[in-house]
Amino acid sequence: MSGNAAFLGMPAFPRNAAAAVQDSQLRFNLRKATRTIRGRRASVVAELPDWAELRAAGRQIKDHTLRNLDRYLLQLEEAVTAAGGHVHWAADAAEANRIVTGLVRATGETSVVKVKSMATQEIGLNEALGRAGVTAYETDLAELIVQLGDDWPSHILVPAIHRNRSEIREIFRAKMAAWGRPAPGELTDDPRALAEAARLHLRERFLSTKVAISGANFMIAETGTLVVLESEGNGRMCLTLPETLISVVGIEKLLPTWRDLEVFLQLLPRSSTGERMNPYTSTWTGAAEGQEFHLVLLDNGRTRVLADEVGRQALRCIRCSACLNVCPVYERAGGHAYGSVYPGPIGAILTPQLRGMASELDASLPYASSLCGACFDVCPVAIDIPEVLVHLRGKARHPRAERLGMRAAGWVFDRPARLAGAQRLAGRLRRFVPGRLPGPLAAWTDTRDLPDIPAESFRDWWNRTNGGTR
Amino acid sequence: MSGGKERILARIRAAVAGAPDVEITRVYRTTRDLPGAVELFAERVADYRAAVHVVAEAEATATITAALAGRGAVRVVIPAGLPPEWTPPEPVADDPPLSAAELDAVDGVITGCAVAIAETGTIVLDAGPGQGRRALTLVPDYHLCVVRADQIVADVPDAVGRLDPARPLTWISGPSATSDIELNRVEGVHGPRVLEVIVVR
Ligand code: SF4
Repeated sequence: MSGNAAFLGMPAFPRNAAAAVQDSQLRFNLRKATRTIRGRRASVVAELPDWAELRAAGRQIKDHTLRNLDRYLLQLEEAVTAAGGHVHWAADAAEANRIVTGLVRATGETSVVKVKSMATQEIGLNEALGRAGVTAYETDLAELIVQLGDDWPSHILVPAIHRNRSEIREIFRAKMAAWGRPAPGELTDDPRALAEAARLHLRERFLSTKVAISGANFMIAETGTLVVLESEGNGRMCLTLPETLISVVGIEKLLPTWRDLEVFLQLLPRSSTGERMNPYTSTWTGAAEGQEFHLVLLDNGRTRVLADEVGRQALRCIRCSACLNVCPVYERAGGHAYGSVYPGPIGAILTPQLRGMASELDASLPYASSLCGACFDVCPVAIDIPEVLVHLRGKARHPRAERLGMRAAGWVFDRPARLAGAQRLAGRLRRFVPGRLPGPLAAWTDTRDLPDIPAESFRDWWNRTNGGTR
Repeated sequence: MSGGKERILARIRAAVAGAPDVEITRVYRTTRDLPGAVELFAERVADYRAAVHVVAEAEATATITAALAGRGAVRVVIPAGLPPEWTPPEPVADDPPLSAAELDAVDGVITGCAVAIAETGTIVLDAGPGQGRRALTLVPDYHLCVVRADQIVADVPDAVGRLDPARPLTWISGPSATSDIELNRVEGVHGPRVLEVIVVR
């Protein structure tokens, strides 16, 4: 599977976006998917009368944790160790990969199962394991599609959102055999049949693999507990059945107390999949049920982000992907254009800070936005993404990126009047009321996740812009 | 390895030096009484396309028998500590612990739970008596869960307050599902494809 190296060699956002906007299949897939999920999110968020209060608490808990991160990390280490787990600290990707590879080697195993984890994608762990002769099997359905298709993830929650059902069937038919049990001969493109094929393909592997690698959505300093939210049950398989579990987790995923989960287990599922609760959440503390447990705490640029007074709010992110689903730029450009495992609005502020803005791609990312503010409105931890974007633009002025970035935005917002009006309104309101408006205006914020993008067919766009050159 | 630790801690301290602390205000809804919690729970579980029955104590055994028959579940595994009135005539005991392959070969599993949440239609298992280790409710394709009405709390904060983080917890909201293909929800990927819940008053 392609990892970081491929991303790093990518050209800047404007060129990527231009290529993506010309891919009508991609645009169709993305638009359909993000529209569906936006509606679901809006309706389950509207069910909670205290959403604004939960959101405020979520922001405060995260800010308080970040301010006291050293103390809480030490508390976490003590609690995990007391519960029979082992804690490792990795300052950068190379150190994390070295630690994990060493731990897997020590078990004598040559294959591991993995549950979707952005941190391990960020550090290119699969490639590092591969170089050490260890095969990492992705088990999340979307990750499986990405891995089999030798592709890149394009969405935080649904990494294969850019693929439609018939493309997925083709990938399964062509590639499953090389990775294990082949796809059934009569495979149709019915999502049910495709899910069943994935179940059969991975079943044997789950029941026999001895080492698993995961990430985590939250870590609780007070108790040493890790928390993983998922839908399919592949997470439970990885967390429960293998003899050894290795979790690689960014240091910002910490929460001080067990009680804090009462906030985040309400914010995350509703913002993410638009469900009242995701099908499965697993929590465990140290060596659960006799398992060997290793926690690898990952910095890899996070402390650099923490040092930036404006930019550090990006570390509050709980990776719900709500900001992607409302972003008009993401909807047109797709996740790959962002050239990182973190696509969309959050990627535009996180990637340049994590990696520094040395490459042309990273320096162009803060310009991959129209500053409409829809991402801020839906963010469950109230990250003011437009504020950080403007701040980053000011920090590393990049006239070429600006010019290109603006032009990319120009392609995207080809009928600007409605959007501009909505942006101005959103922008003005944003200053006074972050998020949900009180009283009768609540209905407005509840339904207005995004100013609707004027629909223009690919053909119209092509003719009018002379193939995107205008 | 300790090199990494000292480096990270030093970077954090330098990064946040002089930054103000932030106070946490918890003015969201916390513990509360919810009249009609049983009905709401049943409705919310059904929303996930799980089967739900609400029955009187005296009907529990008959409902369980009928549910198993309805699914054609003959070889059913049970955890230690499952109440006798919820136990089918010839259960498969997890004693000594069954291998993953053996679990894969049974028709289903019956458990109780630790807590259930009305607002979200969630059941939480804590590996205690009548629930068993986590693999029991994971590998078999059919999970029948019996919930006592007094285990149903209103909302997420009530549940978090009642649970012990030292135990491994599994929060279950409907059957295993995926939305990874064009965001179409499909029930049943790797976890049990069928979840059936019986609420006993
Ligand atoms: S920035 Fe906010 S909305 Fe976007 S993924 Fe992170 S938490 Fe979710």
